Amino acid sequence: MIEVRDLSKRYGSKVAVDHLTFTVTPGIVTGFLGPNGAGKSTTMRLILGLDRPATGTATIGGKPYRELVQPLRTVGALLEARAVHTGRSARDHLLFLAQTQRLPRGRVQEMIDLVGLGDAADKRAGSFSLGMGQRLGIAVALLGDPRVLVLDEPVNGLDPEGILWMRNLMKTLAGEGRTVFVSSHLMSEMALTAEHLIVIGRGRLIADCSTEEFIARSSQRSVLVRTPQPERLTELVSAAGGAILPGANGALIVTNLDAPRIGELAAGAQLVLHELTPQLASLEEAFMELTADSVEYGAQRPVGSEVTP
Amino acid sequence: MTTQTAPALPAHGSGFGHLMLAEWTKLRSVRSTLWSLLLLVVITLGFTGLLTALTVGQWSKIEPSRKLHIMADPVGTVLGSGIGFGQLTICVLGVLVIASEYSTGVIRASLLAVPRRIPMLAAKAVVFTAVVFIVGAIVAFASFFIGAAILHKDAPVSLGDPGVTRAVVGMALYLAVLGLFAMAIGALVRHTAGAITGVIGFVLVLSPLALLLPGSWGKHIHAYLPSEAGQLIAQAHQAPGQLLSPWQGFGVFCLWTAALLAAACILLVRRDA
Repeated sequence: MIEVRDLSKRYGSKVAVDHLTFTVTPGIVTGFLGPNGAGKSTTMRLILGLDRPATGTATIGGKPYRELVQPLRTVGALLEARAVHTGRSARDHLLFLAQTQRLPRGRVQEMIDLVGLGDAADKRAGSFSLGMGQRLGIAVALLGDPRVLVLDEPVNGLDPEGILWMRNLMKTLAGEGRTVFVSSHLMSEMALTAEHLIVIGRGRLIADCSTEEFIARSSQRSVLVRTPQPERLTELVSAAGGAILPGANGALIVTNLDAPRIGELAAGAQLVLHELTPQLASLEEAFMELTADSVEYGAQRPVGSEVTP
Repeated sequence: MTTQTAPALPAHGSGFGHLMLAEWTKLRSVRSTLWSLLLLVVITLGFTGLLTALTVGQWSKIEPSRKLHIMADPVGTVLGSGIGFGQLTICVLGVLVIASEYSTGVIRASLLAVPRRIPMLAAKAVVFTAVVFIVGAIVAFASFFIGAAILHKDAPVSLGDPGVTRAVVGMALYLAVLGLFAMAIGALVRHTAGAITGVIGFVLVLSPLALLLPGSWGKHIHAYLPSEAGQLIAQAHQAPGQLLSPWQGFGVFCLWTAALLAAACILLVRRDA
């Protein structure tokens, strides 16, 4: 269980994390979603005690990270930036970490086998590909058999096989009752792995709900309609409180009314319909829509964006 | 797929010994450690042999006052001839043991494992100082025997002479504290090139600059500079005109190092990693 209360962090005059409050529960994969620069990595660094917050607290199982004894046995972390000496072998990296936690030496080999590092374990970590580096990072995270995992963009730079491996691993870990908190800037990736989502933009909480609810809430419920009598339909729909936009090839896009209601209206007026299709916004669109006001490095200035002091 | 839980992990409990073991693993598993220590041995012994041999070769041409100085403190002459160059390897290695953690990012792994932070730095300091002291002692005794053998006709000296054994062990002590001094600066600066420049500046550049200062000011500042004061421990006794005795000088050096380490500890805890 990770509890974040009123957490803030500023770098100079720039607010990176702005009074965040949320809870990450065990047994499921919780996705931490936001555009690049939204403050995901900073929030994770605050949870892990690497940075000091300006306000608020972050606790793991009720304790701040800095107060954990042998913390790698409680929390395993994979940080986005590499944390390995380029001249040291993966095995020695795991070994020194195991020694700080009084873990048996055999645990190092177990982790090397688990993540499939194989012979590469004895090579200098500087020669590792991005994928190998991520595998070593996972080995480090799982070294102390922790109940809580904090993973920052774990699929970044992985090949398709590696991505599949990582998804399955996260689900397995959550299935074992562990708390799995994983960040990503890709909605589609989170839709495949996370059951619950915490969405932030510009350091602020945008949503904290199940993935299903998030998609449903943020999808624009529009319906595509084709009819030989568009003027009649427009009158009916407008009278019923719907809004109409012209679509491609003479189609109409209706919002604020669902497909069954439009069908009933048309049937009541004996209107012919050639097509009646509910339109679901893609996940990526849904995400863009929700975070549109909070994109840090957007191509266009978002309307109504606040200027942070 | 299974994630191999580890039910047989031993019970919790913090142990400084285990942190020292981890720091030893870190130290031995990078090449810079071995190379720096090898260079320390080669450079120190090489210059000890070379410079004492040159002294003996020129013996008839050396000024009488310089001759008297050498004969009064042959061990200081022998040790001083190699240490001036050899010590630079320890300056570099001391910076590397901590600053390379920042440059490679391994500091984050280290601090996630030891989030109270100071025990990590303390374990590193103890292990690194011990390693430098042991290698330093080997180098110091080897330097002494090489130099004494070359000098024996003109300025005989043996370990039994007053202050001589203390001076030889003192050279190892000086190198060990110098390593710590460099590590403290590395921890403060957190940037390899910058920290090495800083340490070398302290050790090589400040002392000639201090001597340029007018009057007794320069002399006093010079005497209390870290490496100038610290190297006095590698002399058999206080030479005429020197402001500090060997132990006083070493004490001054230890105070410098302690102050820098204290600052490094405070910043280590306060700064974002």
